[in-house]
Amino acid sequence: MSAPLFSWGLYPAAPQTAHGCTWKNEVPQQLDCLNSEFGSTLAYGNGRSYGDSCLADSDHVLHMRTLNRFIEVDWQRGVVTAEAGITLAEILAVAIPRGWFLPVTPGTQFATLGGAIATDVHGKNHHVRGTFGNHVRRLGLQRHDQDLLTCSPLETPEMFAATIAGLGLTGVIIWAEIQLIPIKSCQIDSSAVRFDNLADFFALSTELDHQHEYSVAWIDCLAKGAQAGRGVFFVGDHAEYGAQTVEERSKLFVPITPPISLINKLSLRTFNEAYWRVHPARQTHKRVNYEPFFYPLDRIDHWNRIYGRQGFQQYQCVIPQPVAEVAIRELLSVIAQSGQGSFLAVLKRCGEITSPGLLSFPIPGTSLALDFPQNKHLASLFARLDAIVHEAGGRLYPAKDAHMSGKDFRQAYPAWERLEALRDPSLMSRFWKRVTK
Amino acid sequence: MKRVLIVGATSAIATACARIWAAQGCEFFLVARNEEKLDQTRADLIARGAKSVTIHIMDANDFDAHPAMIDSCLTALHQIDISLIAHGTLPDQKVCEQDVNVALKEFANNGTSVIALLTLLANQFERQRCGTLAVISSVAGDRGRPSNYLYGAAKAAVSSFCEGLRARLFKVGVHLITIKPGFVDTPMTQGLPLPAALVAKPEQVAKSIVAGIERKTAVLYTPGFWALIMLIIRCVPQAVFKRLNL
Repeated sequence: MSAPLFSWGLYPAAPQTAHGCTWKNEVPQQLDCLNSEFGSTLAYGNGRSYGDSCLADSDHVLHMRTLNRFIEVDWQRGVVTAEAGITLAEILAVAIPRGWFLPVTPGTQFATLGGAIATDVHGKNHHVRGTFGNHVRRLGLQRHDQDLLTCSPLETPEMFAATIAGLGLTGVIIWAEIQLIPIKSCQIDSSAVRFDNLADFFALSTELDHQHEYSVAWIDCLAKGAQAGRGVFFVGDHAEYGAQTVEERSKLFVPITPPISLINKLSLRTFNEAYWRVHPARQTHKRVNYEPFFYPLDRIDHWNRIYGRQGFQQYQCVIPQPVAEVAIRELLSVIAQSGQGSFLAVLKRCGEITSPGLLSFPIPGTSLALDFPQNKHLASLFARLDAIVHEAGGRLYPAKDAHMSGKDFRQAYPAWERLEALRDPSLMSRFWKRVTK
Repeated sequence: MKRVLIVGATSAIATACARIWAAQGCEFFLVARNEEKLDQTRADLIARGAKSVTIHIMDANDFDAHPAMIDSCLTALHQIDISLIAHGTLPDQKVCEQDVNVALKEFANNGTSVIALLTLLANQFERQRCGTLAVISSVAGDRGRPSNYLYGAAKAAVSSFCEGLRARLFKVGVHLITIKPGFVDTPMTQGLPLPAALVAKPEQVAKSIVAGIERKTAVLYTPGFWALIMLIIRCVPQAVFKRLNL
């Protein structure tokens, strides 16, 4: 009855049939049914991952979104236990008024708790807090034909490590217990400064990152020549004073999917130029609410539709620090030459903190992420970018990916075989099939 | 803070309403058949800010259990500010056509049990001289359609009962709101071939229910466009209606 589900990038266009579950004790039976009827399945949260990692090989997913209850909260210690289908926004709505915040948050608050764990998301504070998985204390894992398994770093280190960033393949994450961080206000003391080229980005990052909880940069992916790598550097910290309230923001929405992408060379060039110009040349401080700081795009419902019916792909790679500047310069030059890309281009320095996850994406280095409207020229552009990433010893982010070759994946994530060994045979994603078979 | 009784508390729409009230710090008395589900709902509402949550296991079809339930509720809450009647099932019309027992059972689930509960609650509210009875009926009660007329008949009974009761209780300062949801994406409608564009999320429906209770709306179609759809359907003359397979 419900509409088919897609991944956030709307590419690949593989409509998924949703099979709901409302109570956690229904999951074993649902797994059983889906497995015997369709061969395999996959847990699907709120559809915020981009590529095909959230799509079931059978195109029949276990829709977890309605499994969204809190199980236990301890506001003394800031520990929250909730079902996997709860969104980060729902957690924030109750945590903020009580003085707590997510220790790590991705760029959308509409990801689910289970999804955040399965993709081991990171945020603007990776350099100080690591990934989401670093803050998971325990989780409940339902494997086919088994009792509910409680995983934690001490009791079941192998299964815990395989489940963090495990792309939902080790079992269905039913619930998780996470540690929050204390805050005094829901506002962020932020500052922005624009930079003229890539060398300046690295200089700013070296200077500012260690002074601030959050840091991230927007980059103009079309700028060429002397301007190549120009952008705006943002840093922020939780404010010491201010309100602790969560207000419902007025929302904009993209009502329909236009036949073609609204992001093209002309619109992009105009936008990027204007965006760069409105930001100050000198570091300027501002106090903002947490929502525009962390989740600017969440304000626009269905923003993924602006790329048209063909959808889009996000390209996110991380390059090891020693060669980061050289490789990213090269990547940006190839992208600028192609004239493709999008307004959403993000540079972020990743820190040294290791995630417990076997297949966790971040490594010490610099991550570049940008969206590309899907078109027939994309494959050749991605092949050139992949070669640079490979050469530099970097890797791509499975949760964003819809194209990487099996060879690149297996080389970049040598632990994949350990995950495959612990995979629940009743679970299979299109991504996993593509890169391991 | 408001004191809320919910019958059918583990249903999707009731849960979504309860979460809104929990964020306001309300006290709850939750009634449903399944203890485990009630426990999970209680934990969720407490985490979301509910001041207190008492659970009570009861099958709404067990009419003899109703008075004891209301007594326990009053012991826990002392007064009921909002009473949401949200239990129900979606019968298989084809089975109801063949089996009288099933038909009458389903009629009791969706019709008689609601009337039984409202009869007792009305007297309590009349004594209180304040508060709101919120009753989930359905757009299906507006007209008997061949695909769904047993459910429709039960809901029609509820809607008419509510209309009369509202007029009786109005005089003593008690409000009754008849809620008529359209298609809602809940476990009850799972697997039905409903047009995706007309299916609402329980959260969206809950928001309008909570607002309707605040505003003292008499009859609430939710989402609102169902008022228009049902107006058109009610206007279809019998000569045409009997030839349709709605």
